[in-house]
Amino acid sequence: MSAAGAISPQNPPSGSAPLLEIREIAKRFGNAEVLKNISLQIAAGEFLTLLGESGSGKTTLLRLIAGFEQPTSGEIWMSDERLDTLPPYKRRVNTVFQNYALFPHLNVRENVAYGLRVKSTPKPEIAGRVEEALRMVKMISFADARPSTLSGGQQQRIALARALINRPQLLLLDEPLSALDANLRKEMQSELKALQREIGIAFLFVTHDQDEAMALSDRIALLRNGALEQVASPREIYSRPATAYTAEFIGQTNLLRGEVHNGVFRCGSLQWKTAEASGGALFSLRPEAIHLADSSFQLPDTVSFRGTIRQQVYAGASELLEIDCGGNQTLRARIPASGPLTGQHEFVFSADYAVPVTESPTAHASRAMGREPR
Amino acid sequence: MYSRAYKTLVSVPPLLWVSLFLLLPYALMFAHSFWAVRDGFLVHQWNLQNYRALFTNPLYFQVFLRTARIAASVTLCSLLLGYPLAYYLSFHAGPRKELLYQLVIVPLWVSYLVRGYAWKTILGSDGVLNGFLQYLHITHEPIGFFLYSPFAVVLMLTHIYTPFVFLPIYAALEHIPRPLLEASQDLGADRRATFFRVILPLSIPGLLAGATFAFVLSLGDFLAPLLVGGPSGTMIANIVQSLFGAAYDWPLGAAISVCILLITVSLLFTTERLEKRRSFK
Repeated sequence: MSAAGAISPQNPPSGSAPLLEIREIAKRFGNAEVLKNISLQIAAGEFLTLLGESGSGKTTLLRLIAGFEQPTSGEIWMSDERLDTLPPYKRRVNTVFQNYALFPHLNVRENVAYGLRVKSTPKPEIAGRVEEALRMVKMISFADARPSTLSGGQQQRIALARALINRPQLLLLDEPLSALDANLRKEMQSELKALQREIGIAFLFVTHDQDEAMALSDRIALLRNGALEQVASPREIYSRPATAYTAEFIGQTNLLRGEVHNGVFRCGSLQWKTAEASGGALFSLRPEAIHLADSSFQLPDTVSFRGTIRQQVYAGASELLEIDCGGNQTLRARIPASGPLTGQHEFVFSADYAVPVTESPTAHASRAMGREPR
Repeated sequence: MYSRAYKTLVSVPPLLWVSLFLLLPYALMFAHSFWAVRDGFLVHQWNLQNYRALFTNPLYFQVFLRTARIAASVTLCSLLLGYPLAYYLSFHAGPRKELLYQLVIVPLWVSYLVRGYAWKTILGSDGVLNGFLQYLHITHEPIGFFLYSPFAVVLMLTHIYTPFVFLPIYAALEHIPRPLLEASQDLGADRRATFFRVILPLSIPGLLAGATFAFVLSLGDFLAPLLVGGPSGTMIANIVQSLFGAAYDWPLGAAISVCILLITVSLLFTTERLEKRRSFK
């Protein structure tokens, strides 16, 4: 199969019209091209994550949707309404900011009520909805507190309530958990996911943390240097990475560079059958796909090799091995914890788990967008 | 950390300074206000005569009232000029910010007296303003009330104190985290609503500080009324000056000074408490 194949559905899973449609958006700051021709759709109720390193353009894309930046070219549509020409206060999206941006001169209740107040909602309705929103994030007992007296996690909840009270169809979240410590972060992740399922609105979530993206998302859009690298579900993007960059960014991998000749891929001492066209080829093989031969069960299309253990890192449930396969080739394998290993061993893996990947991100990105490269 | 000798060495000079040039003069002023003048000589005889005179002679009350009115006008005018200026610089000046900031500050380097005489030249009967108006045939003879009037005093003091009002407001506006403005817009507030619901409330401490500067400094000013005020623009500090000078009634002058001091201190105290209550750090 080809590198990109039919994976990476650019369109959201549901068959209905998309909630938000980003059409060929580009953004320049002076000479810097921050976003290059991005097209992406978000379905109602979907949890989509924009994942990327800092400087990949993920926050800029979010700010374009919120209205804090103007695109250089392209359009953004939300259910038959053009969004990118509207000022931020007329857009039916709400944002949870990275450092929460709670108003310091207002208490929790007033912060949450802000959006309804500026829209001149009747007072009794505001009171009811504020209480409902505060209950939803379990902060009702802090209604009269000042934001400065709250912890990071509590401020986070207030920022969520303040955005959700406006009942947006799409919530934008700009690295909302990055300021929290690791334990609280895991806790907030699961709460956030539960909340999103419960209220059923679409979340567009920006993060640089691939574990967070994997844990939360229905789909992940991986950005690299302002272009979409791959858009797919967490399972797909992990098991079928389309590019070398994706394979290395999400999880760990072994990249095997070699030649295909008459339907057989050769890389050093390794070789297996493949449908790839003849010529140079690159495969991604996850460390956990490699097993010790003596503990092994029957695998289809088994590839076996001998190697010397160079390094062994114990990680509780598993061990990470660095295997010298000779000929300057080193493979990393993750095996169930099995005690210290030394010397030479026989290893096996199924060729099914070796995924062909492309090196050129641009060629792939346009295919991921469902269009042929021009 | 530091030796006792070192601590003494560094704390004695400022203590001496404060006692000699602040506490002692205040004590002297306070004492004088309870003394009296008999046959042109100061007598150290404790009495409340000076304070009684202050509250019974309507002249002092009138001048007090005029002084407060002028100070309030100056405060209002410099707020009306200083706030929009600070707002523009903080939010809309872009790359010109530094230059404009310096331009606002530069007048502070020019002597107060020079600026006073400049206003005299501008506002006088044969001054720049009247000459210009007559040249344009808008008026046919010089307009008198430009100079030697409360108007002139307010104008000059506003010119002098607007930078003092501008500075704390500008500092307060610069300290407003910009994401708050985005959050406000994100929640449906347009520019106007964002100004009144976020920017203005968060700049109140700076606004209070600036207003206090302008009011307190105007309240005790005697140079502006002396230069451009004329008889109708006389302020309370001019009365004090003449009592200590030609009129030679130091006790009464001291009593008025004590009153001004009390008003000023209670004002500073009140606004500082208000500022503290309105700051959210």
